[in-house]
Amino acid sequence: MTVAARKEYVGIPRDRVENFHGKQLVFVSWDHHLLLAAPIMFCLPPQASFAELIESHLQPLLQADPDAAALDWNKVEWLKEGQPWVPDFAASLAANGIGHKEQLRMRTPGLSSLVPVN
Amino acid sequence: MDMKTATKKLSLKDKYKLFTRDLGWEPTYRSKEEVFPYVQYEGIKIHDWDKWEDPFRLTMDAYWKYQAEKERKFYAIIDAHAQNNGHLNITDARYLSALKVFLQAISPGEYAAHKGFARVGREFPGVGTQVACQMQAIDEIRHAQTQIHALSNYNKFYNGFHAFAEQRDRIWYTSVARSFFDDAMAAGPFEFMIAIGFSFEYVLTNLLFVPFMSGAAYNGDMATVTFGFSAQSDEARHMTLGLECIKFMLEQDPDNLPIVQAWIDKWFWRGIRVLSLVSTMMDYMLPKRVMSWREAWNIYGIENGTALFKDLARYGIRPPKHWDKAEEAIDHMSHQLMLGLYQWKFGTSFHVWIPSDEDMDWLAKKYPTTFDKYYRPRWEHIKKHEAATGAPFNNYGLPKLCQCCQLPTIFTEPGDPTLICHRESVYQGERYHFCSDGCKDVFDNEPEKYVQAWLPMPGLMQDPLKGDLGAWMDWVFLKDGKDNGDYATSQDRQNFEQWRAQATSNQ
Repeated sequence: MTVAARKEYVGIPRDRVENFHGKQLVFVSWDHHLLLAAPIMFCLPPQASFAELIESHLQPLLQADPDAAALDWNKVEWLKEGQPWVPDFAASLAANGIGHKEQLRMRTPGLSSLVPVN
Repeated sequence: MDMKTATKKLSLKDKYKLFTRDLGWEPTYRSKEEVFPYVQYEGIKIHDWDKWEDPFRLTMDAYWKYQAEKERKFYAIIDAHAQNNGHLNITDARYLSALKVFLQAISPGEYAAHKGFARVGREFPGVGTQVACQMQAIDEIRHAQTQIHALSNYNKFYNGFHAFAEQRDRIWYTSVARSFFDDAMAAGPFEFMIAIGFSFEYVLTNLLFVPFMSGAAYNGDMATVTFGFSAQSDEARHMTLGLECIKFMLEQDPDNLPIVQAWIDKWFWRGIRVLSLVSTMMDYMLPKRVMSWREAWNIYGIENGTALFKDLARYGIRPPKHWDKAEEAIDHMSHQLMLGLYQWKFGTSFHVWIPSDEDMDWLAKKYPTTFDKYYRPRWEHIKKHEAATGAPFNNYGLPKLCQCCQLPTIFTEPGDPTLICHRESVYQGERYHFCSDGCKDVFDNEPEKYVQAWLPMPGLMQDPLKGDLGAWMDWVFLKDGKDNGDYATSQDRQNFEQWRAQATSNQ
């Protein structure tokens, strides 16, 4: 459907990648881990490596979770666009095919200290 | 001595006729379409504007008289409240967080509603409609003013009240209410009436005002109780206007039904998201609670809503889409949002706190199927974490926001309270995220409108702030260490306790 309007109606998106000065947004969340209440937004250059996203930006934030110490990064199951996906830690976000405003989800079966997973 | 001539008093009906319908006229040198250019394009068909009935038959002269009387009473009480240090009569200063959220998120909505009704009062051709909208426009600006005046007394003594107007536009947790009203004001006149007149005033207003005003009474806040009473008699008129409008649309043409139904679906869901803020006020912020959010929903949502939609069924209207999802979310939303507000408290212009053991027991009793199972473990862990680290638990990871309601995407999957609900749409090559099916539906129906949303978190990463949190605080008029953070260590608490001790003891 389109917007009911009296003349042509054109909306300008506010969050296009060119508004972020060479960076992009990427969101990461950890399934069944709700201590951090929402997926986290990161703003990084597409040339940043996936390892940098995880080690320098995500990991410090996850420390408060009681499962953080038991997290084995080699065993994390990743979802990208809701589909199973395997990242290359050494490659850049761009080379990993992680676009602007991409949502990545981590799954760690067996780890769920704070929520009762059915 | 002059003899007084007996003036014949007009009957109410004649007076109404003279003061409303007779004020209108048929344009002669311009077409009706030119005079009222906005009533066609939404697709609503109206054949006879005279069928509009105003059951109140209120005329302007009587309106001014009633309102003036209410204003006199209101300001007398507000003055007394100020002169007698009424702010020291509240239960304790935690209560002020509820007031701050109200002033930052809801009062500006009253002002927005004023602008909206002034506009649709001009855009609708029917004189009865125009007069009713004009009165509501004046009511709404009066509500905004009385709320601001009542709470300005608190601004003299406490932090966090000083920049509500700017924070309405700039800070993150108010954008759920701002986007609701901006969306309504950017819609045509008929949709505006469904959004504000019907969904907000009729379906949702009781959930906002009744518990909030009772909360004020329970917590010793006479100033807020007074503006509540002063607004209450107007609300009855507003609810009637909203209901009359929807019935009028449905009676005028059968083609209006699907359009009206889609608006009801949309504005119900948008309203539920605004009410999530209210749910935290009721369950967490009132030191002396009136009822739980769940109990309020049972009365004002389920009972009243069921009766309303039963009444509208004869026009072919069904209850709003996603009503069942809202019903399921009622037992979760206040906890999910409050845990969010707590961890992002460095960015709130009000104080939060970890509920006491007694408060948690109350929550467990009110939410027997959800609180102990899903939410108490998180609060307990936060408590433990703070004790171990000696620092408040803050989540400096900025949240993903919903493109529609603009809240952080904190809400969970229907049927699974352990998993965040992830939804996205791609429109013209650009990706957009949502907190729920309800919000995704709103976007997918009119993507061109919502791609324009200014979202506070991505906004912080762009010009002029470029991710600088300190610069962001200045920009949202948030004084770090004063307006934000935990209640336990706040200046508000310290001052309140000191002043109250001075007022009630010989220290």
